[in-house]
Amino acid sequence: MIQLGCSLLGSSVEEDRYWSMEDYEAAVPRWCSGCGDHAVLTAVQKLLEVKQLPPEETVFVSGIGCSSRFPHYIDSYGFHGLHGRALPLATGVKLRRKDLNVFAVMGDGDCTSIGAAHWIHTLRYNPNITALMLDNGVYGLTKNQTSPTSPLGVKSNTQPRGALLNPMNPIATTLGVQNASFVAQTGDWAPDHIYETIKAGFEHRGFSFIRILQRCPAYTDHLYLEAMRNPDSIEMLTHPNGINSEFTEEIYKNHVYHDPSDLVNAFRLAQVGEKIRLGLFYRNDDLPVYEEVRTVPTHAADEKIAILNAELDKYAV
Amino acid sequence: MTTSSTAPTKKKKKKQAKPTPGDKNIITAAEQTVEVVSDSGEGAQKCAQTFGRVSAMMGNGVWTVEIIPAEIQPPPRTPTSASGNRIRIGTKPVTNWGDAAHLVVAFNEQVLLQRHRAGALQRGCIILIESMWENHDDEDIRKEWADAMEEMDGHDYRFVKFPLEEQAATIVENPQRGKNMFALGVLANVYSRDLDIIKGLITKEFLRKGQEIVDANIALLELGLTWAEENIDFKIDVPVEKSDVPMVVMNGNQAIAVGGIASGMELCSMYPITPATSASHYLSEIFESYGGIIHQAEDEIAAIGVAIGASFAGKTAFTITSGPGLALKTEFIALAVMTEVPLVIVDVQRGGPSTGLPTKIEQGDLLAAIFGQPGDAPKVVMAPATMEECFLCMTAARRIAEAYRCPVIILSDANLATGVQPFPRPNIDRDWIASPLELSPVAEGQLPYDWDSQTGLSLRVIPGQQNGMFRATGLSHDEHSKIGYTPDVHERGCEMRARKMAVFQQTLQPPEVHGDEEGDLLVVGWGSTWGAIEEAVDRAREEGLSVSSLHLRFLSPMEPGLKEIFEKFTKVMTIEINYSDDPKAPFITDENRRRGQLSWLLRSQTLVDVDCWTRVPGQPLQPGQIHDAIRAHMPTGA
Repeated sequence: MIQLGCSLLGSSVEEDRYWSMEDYEAAVPRWCSGCGDHAVLTAVQKLLEVKQLPPEETVFVSGIGCSSRFPHYIDSYGFHGLHGRALPLATGVKLRRKDLNVFAVMGDGDCTSIGAAHWIHTLRYNPNITALMLDNGVYGLTKNQTSPTSPLGVKSNTQPRGALLNPMNPIATTLGVQNASFVAQTGDWAPDHIYETIKAGFEHRGFSFIRILQRCPAYTDHLYLEAMRNPDSIEMLTHPNGINSEFTEEIYKNHVYHDPSDLVNAFRLAQVGEKIRLGLFYRNDDLPVYEEVRTVPTHAADEKIAILNAELDKYAV
Repeated sequence: MTTSSTAPTKKKKKKQAKPTPGDKNIITAAEQTVEVVSDSGEGAQKCAQTFGRVSAMMGNGVWTVEIIPAEIQPPPRTPTSASGNRIRIGTKPVTNWGDAAHLVVAFNEQVLLQRHRAGALQRGCIILIESMWENHDDEDIRKEWADAMEEMDGHDYRFVKFPLEEQAATIVENPQRGKNMFALGVLANVYSRDLDIIKGLITKEFLRKGQEIVDANIALLELGLTWAEENIDFKIDVPVEKSDVPMVVMNGNQAIAVGGIASGMELCSMYPITPATSASHYLSEIFESYGGIIHQAEDEIAAIGVAIGASFAGKTAFTITSGPGLALKTEFIALAVMTEVPLVIVDVQRGGPSTGLPTKIEQGDLLAAIFGQPGDAPKVVMAPATMEECFLCMTAARRIAEAYRCPVIILSDANLATGVQPFPRPNIDRDWIASPLELSPVAEGQLPYDWDSQTGLSLRVIPGQQNGMFRATGLSHDEHSKIGYTPDVHERGCEMRARKMAVFQQTLQPPEVHGDEEGDLLVVGWGSTWGAIEEAVDRAREEGLSVSSLHLRFLSPMEPGLKEIFEKFTKVMTIEINYSDDPKAPFITDENRRRGQLSWLLRSQTLVDVDCWTRVPGQPLQPGQIHDAIRAHMPTGA
C-alpha cells in the first residue's frame, strides 16, 4: 500500500508532464543504415509518446546482439543483459513490480537459439510483457553466422556452402506452447504495421510475442527484397480483433480473414507458404497472467514481525 | 542387561526375568551418539528425528545427521538400503556428529552391517536389533543373519534383540508401518525421554491423518516403552542443563528459509537441486502469506535471472542452489557484479565435480564461488558454521548486498542442510525487514554509478525513480552506465567494483583463535567443520599438544589479521572436506600437489606455507579423525 501511495503521489504532483518522441531518445543508435532495428525503434518511441508512458516507469530489457542495444537508445530504465536471457530478467522485473511497463527486445539467435528455453517458458508463464523478436535470420554483431531462422541455403561464415537445415518457424513454435496469449508477425518494410502491432501487443494483457521480419543490410540484405518490391508476395491477416493498419492493408491487397481466437486456423496460417503473412495469428485475453497468479499480500513491518515470530514458534523448544 | 539369546518369533513372548526399575543399571554419560537404521521407507528417520527433537526440547545439546541411501527404493534387507539418522545428544551444546555410535537401533541385520562396515559403531556399542530374522522361516534369511553376525564378531558389540514387528502387530495391521514408533518407545525408555513431549510431537505430526492414526502411534510408543521397562535392564542418563534463553531447533535449510524471510528479501527464485531444494520446500509453505514469492524457474540460469531482474527493480532477491547450479549461474553472477545489482546466492554444497555426490557433503565450491567467473568479479563469499549462522548469514547477506551493490554467495553444505541443532531463538530485528521501496525522484543528473573515488560505493537507483533513468549493461561502462571500451573506462570500472570489497573487508573483525594465540600448530577451517575441528583441538590440547584453531566465516574478502596470527605458529594447516593430494602419493611433489581450497587461498593471501589435511568421504569429518590428523601433522611430532 505504501508503495502504491508513493507512485500515486509521484504522478499527481507531475500531472502536467508531457513527453514527445524526442524525449524518449537516449544515445544515437549505432546500427547500420538500412537496418530494420531503426524502424522498430521509431515505432516504439511513437508508442511511448502516444501512450505517454512515464520514462521512469518503463523498462526495456534486452539480451545480446545488434538489436539488444535497443535499451541504450531509449531514455527510460533499461537492462542490457546476457545473450539469450532477456526474458528471465524481464520476468523478474515484472514479478515484483507490476507497476512498471516492461518490454523485452531480442534477436533471433538470442530468442530462438541460446534463449530458447526461456522463450518457451516465458510464453507459458504469460507475464504482462511486450516481447519483440527482431529476426533478421543471421548473427550480425558477431559477423555473419547462421541462425536458427536463416533460410535453407543462405551462406554464412559458419555454413559457407549454405544453411544446412530448414529454418525454425518461430510463429508455429510459439503457437504450440500452452498459454501463449498474443502471437503476431510484422515486417520492417511496413512501418505503420510495426507500430500497430507493437501497440496491440502493449495493450494486450499478457505476454505479447511479436516477430519482426527484417533484413540485415550487411549479411542478409536479400532476405525480404521480394517483400519490399512486390506487394503481391505479402498476405495480410485481417479481422476487427486483429492488427488494424489500414495504410498497410491498402498497399498489400492479399487479405485473409482470420479470427485471432482460432488457434487451429492460426497454426495452419503459420505454416510457411508462398506468401509472407503479417498480422495477428493468435490472441487470448483470458489466460492467467503470471504476476497476477503470484499476487501476495502486503504487510506492514509489525505484521511481518508477528508472522516471523509465529514461524519461529513452530521451531521453538 | 538382558540379552535374549533366542528371538521370540512366536506370538507368545518368552518368559524373561523382568527387571524392576530399582534393578536397572543407570549409566550416566555426558554425551551419547545414537543411530536408528532401517530399510528405506520403514520410518527410522521419523523415529530418530522425533528422538532428536524431544532431546532438544528437554534441553540436551543435539546434532543430527541423515543416513540416506543413494537410491530411491533400494532392495530391502541389503546394506545399501540403510536409511536413518545419527543423533548425538549431550549435556552441553553439541556441534558435530561425533565419532562412533554408542547405541544403535537396527530394524534388520543387513542395514546394521552397513553401519558396521562404515566404521560407525564403537567397540562395545549397544545394538538393539529386531529379533525376527534370526530364526526366520526363510532359510536364506537365517543364513544372512548368521553371516552378518559372524562378520560383526570380535567388536564386543552388545546385542539386545527385540521383537519389533511382533509387538507392533498387536496394535496395527501392517507392523512394517508402525514399528518405528515402537522403537521410539524403547529409546524413550532407555534414555528417559519426556513422554508428554513425545506424545505432543506425535499428535502434531499425525493429526492431519486423523485421531485414529494419532492414537495408534501413541499406543505403539507406549508399548515400546513398557516392553523396554520390562525387558531391558539398563538406562542411560544424559543429564540436562536447560538453557535460560528460549531456543529453536531447525536444520540448516530451514534456517536458510526462515532467515531468508527474516532478511526482508521478498523473492526467492530457484530450480530444484539436491541438497538445496528442501529450503525451497519450507519457503513454499510460508513465504506467500508473508508477502514473498518463490518462483520455480525453468532452469538454474533463469532462476538467477529472475532474481536479478527483481533486484534490479528494487526488490533484492535470492536464489538457492548447489554446485552444478552454481556453475550454470556463473554468467549471471558476473552480470550482477558488473551491473552492481544486489543479490544473494545460497550454495548448499554437495560432492563434486559434475553430478558427483548429490546427497552428500563436500566443501568443494569455495574457489568456484570466488573465482568462477571470467574476468575479475569481486563479490562477498561467506560460510555459516552452524544452523544458527545459516539463519544469521541470510539476514546479514541482504544488507551487505545492498550496501555494497554486489552479489553475496553463502556456502552452506549438505551437513548443515539436513542436520538439526537447537540454538537461541533469534530476536527479530526491525532492521532486517526491508523498508517499502523508495521511489521518490533522485536529484537531476544523478549518475547510476556515482562511484565515490575512495570507496567505489554509489547510490542504488531503481526503476520508478524520476531523473534516475539509466541502462544497466554487462558491457564495460562508465559512471553514466555508458558503454566504453577505452582502457581508462574499463580500468576504472574494475577498480571501483573491487574497491568496495576492500572497504567491506575493513569492517570485519579479525577472527578469534580457539586455544592459545601462539603455539606449534594452527588449524584453519571454514563452514560446517567448525564443531568437529574445535572438539578435536580440545582433545589434543588435553593431551598437552600445542594446537589452536581458527574458523573463517568470510572467505572473500577474508577477515583481517590472518598473517599476524599465522606468524605466531610454527605450522599452519587447513582442514577441509575437499580434495587434496596426499604429499606422499606417487608423483606428488610440493610443486604439483593439489591442495585444499582454503589452503590454496591462504597461501596466496599470506605467503605463509599453509599445509592442508583434507578428505572427501561424502560425510562429515569426525572429531576423532581430525584429532589423528592433528597428531600426524604436529611440527614437533606427537
